[in-house]
Amino acid sequence: MVFVISRIPRTLALILVGAGLSISGFIMQQLSQNRFVSPTTSGGLEAAKMGILFAFILFPEASLSVRMLSALVFTFFCALLFIFFVEQVKHKNTIFIPLVGLMFGSILASVSTFFSFKHNIVQNTQEWLLGDFSAVLQGQYEAIYIILPVVVISYIYAERFTIAGMGESFAKNLGLSYHTIVYIGLLSVSLVVSASVVTVGAIPFVGLIIPNVVSMLIGDNLRRALPLTAFMGAVLLLVCDILGRLLVFPYEIPIGMTVGIIGGVTFFILILKRSK
Amino acid sequence: MKQGQKIIITLIILVIAVILFMTYNMGNNIDYVLSRRGIRLATMIIVGISVAFSSVIFQTITNNRILTPSIMGYESIFILFQTLIVYVYGDKAFNVISQQENFFYAVLLMLFFSVFMYLLIFGRQRKNIFYLLLLGMVMGTLFNTLSQFMHVVIDPNEFSIVQNFMFVSFAKMNVKLLGIASGTLLVALVIAIRYIKYLDVIALGKDHAINLGLDYNKLIRLYMLIIALLVSVSTALVGPITFLGILVTNLTYELFKAKKHIHIVWLCSAVSCICLIVGQFFIEHVLSFSTTVSIVINFIGGVYFMYLIWRTRKKIS
Repeated sequence: MVFVISRIPRTLALILVGAGLSISGFIMQQLSQNRFVSPTTSGGLEAAKMGILFAFILFPEASLSVRMLSALVFTFFCALLFIFFVEQVKHKNTIFIPLVGLMFGSILASVSTFFSFKHNIVQNTQEWLLGDFSAVLQGQYEAIYIILPVVVISYIYAERFTIAGMGESFAKNLGLSYHTIVYIGLLSVSLVVSASVVTVGAIPFVGLIIPNVVSMLIGDNLRRALPLTAFMGAVLLLVCDILGRLLVFPYEIPIGMTVGIIGGVTFFILILKRSK
Repeated sequence: MKQGQKIIITLIILVIAVILFMTYNMGNNIDYVLSRRGIRLATMIIVGISVAFSSVIFQTITNNRILTPSIMGYESIFILFQTLIVYVYGDKAFNVISQQENFFYAVLLMLFFSVFMYLLIFGRQRKNIFYLLLLGMVMGTLFNTLSQFMHVVIDPNEFSIVQNFMFVSFAKMNVKLLGIASGTLLVALVIAIRYIKYLDVIALGKDHAINLGLDYNKLIRLYMLIIALLVSVSTALVGPITFLGILVTNLTYELFKAKKHIHIVWLCSAVSCICLIVGQFFIEHVLSFSTTVSIVINFIGGVYFMYLIWRTRKKIS
C-alpha cells in the first residue's frame, strides 16, 4: 500500500519536476541567449509564490486548481515582462541580466511579504513554499502531469526557441512567427513552474545549473542536449531526495534545502569558471 | 525652481518632520514619550545616513542607478545568523546573548563575509564588479534557503522572535546599542568623506579614472569596505530595508541637479531621513503599528524600482 499510495507518486513527481524545471531553465536560456537566466534568476519562483499567496488570501477556500491557475497567471506575466525587458536591453551584459532578474524576484517577494505580514501568515508561507516531496500522495499531486506535454512541446520547438533568442528581426527573416514562439516558450515555463510550486513548493537552481552542466559536457547541439537535460534534472532531484531522507533518518530534510545547497555551490563554481 | 530653494525646502521639511514626530499627540507623560521618541529618531537618522552614503557610493562605483549594496547577501546572512541563534537557544536566546554581543557578532560576520567574497573575486584577477554582485546574490539565495528551512522547523513562538529581526522596527531600540552604532558610523563617515571627492572622477568610468591618475582598484577596495561597514551597521541595528537605498538615491538624483558627490551624499541623507521619519510617523499614528516601516518602504521602493526599469529600459547598458 505504501508503495502505491506514496512511493510511486513521489518518484513520478520527482522525475517530472526535475525534468520540467531543467527544461524550463533551458527554454529561458535559449530565449534570452543568456546562460545565467532561469526561473530562479528571473523572479519566476517568486511570482508563482505570489500567485498562490493571493489565491490563498482572496479565496481561502480555493481548491488546488484555483491556486494553480493564479500561480500560472502571475508566473506568465512575470516571465513575459522579464523577457521583453531582456530584449530591450541593448548591451547584453551576461551578468547584468540575471542581476536584474534576482532584483525583480526580491521585489515580488517584498510585495508578497507586505500582504502575508498583514494576514499574519509569514511562517506559513515559508512552509508551503519550501520544496518538499513528503506530502506527495496519490490523489494530491496529479497537477504535476501537466509537465509531460510541456516536455514534448519543448522538444519540438527547441531550435525555434534558439532562433527566437537571436532577436525579432532575425527570427522573422527566417520565416518564423516570433511572438508566437516566445509566448509558447514562456507559457511552457510558467506551466512547469506553477505546477511544481503548487504541488511540491519552490526548488531553486535546478533550471539554472542543469542546462549549464549539460552544455559543458556535450556542447550545444539541442537535439542531443535536451533529453540529457531532462534526464539529469530528474536524476539530481532523485539523488537529493534520497540524500534528504537518509541523512537524518527517520526524519527528512526538505528537498528545497538539499537542492538549494548543492545547486548554490554548483552555481558558484559555474560563475567562477565561466568568468574566465 | 532654483537649486538653493529646493535644498532649503528639503531642510525645512526635514525639520518639520522631526518636530512633528517628536511632539505629535504627546499625552501626559512628556518626559517618557520624549526620551523614547528621541531614541527612535536617533536610530532613524543613523540608518538614514548610512543607507544614503552606502547606496550613493555603491551606485557610482557600479555605474548603475538601480542597484543597492544590500542585494549582496548582507541581509540574508544577518537573518540566517539571527535564525540560527533562535534555533539553537530557543526562546531563551536573548537571555544567553546580550543585544550588544548580538550586534557585535552580526557586524563582524557581515564584514567577514564581504571580505571573503571580495578576496574570491579580486584575488584572482577577475576584476569585474558584476561578478561580485552575482556571487553575492547567489550566496544570498543560499542563505535564504537555509533560514527558510529553520523557519519551518522552529515553533511559532520562537518564529515570532525571528520575525522581529526580519522586519525593521524602530520601537525596540536601546541606548547602549545606539552608542556603539553611532560610534561606528562616525568612523566610517570620517573615512568616507576624505575619499568621496574621488567618486566624481570614478563616475566618469574606469578608463577615464585610471587615465586621470587614480589608483582605481585600490579605491574600489576601500569603497567596498566602507560600504560593508555602513550596511552592516544599519542592518544589525534595525534589520533589512532592501529598497530604501534605491528609493532615496533616485529621488535625490531626480530632485537635485547636484554633480559633486559630497553634495549628493548629504542631500541623499536628508531625503532618506525624511522618508524614514515620515514613514514611521504614519505607521505609529495612522496605521497604529499594524505593519512595519520596512515592509512599507520595500513595497513603495519595489514599485518605484519597477517604474525605473520600465522608464529607463532603453538606456541601461
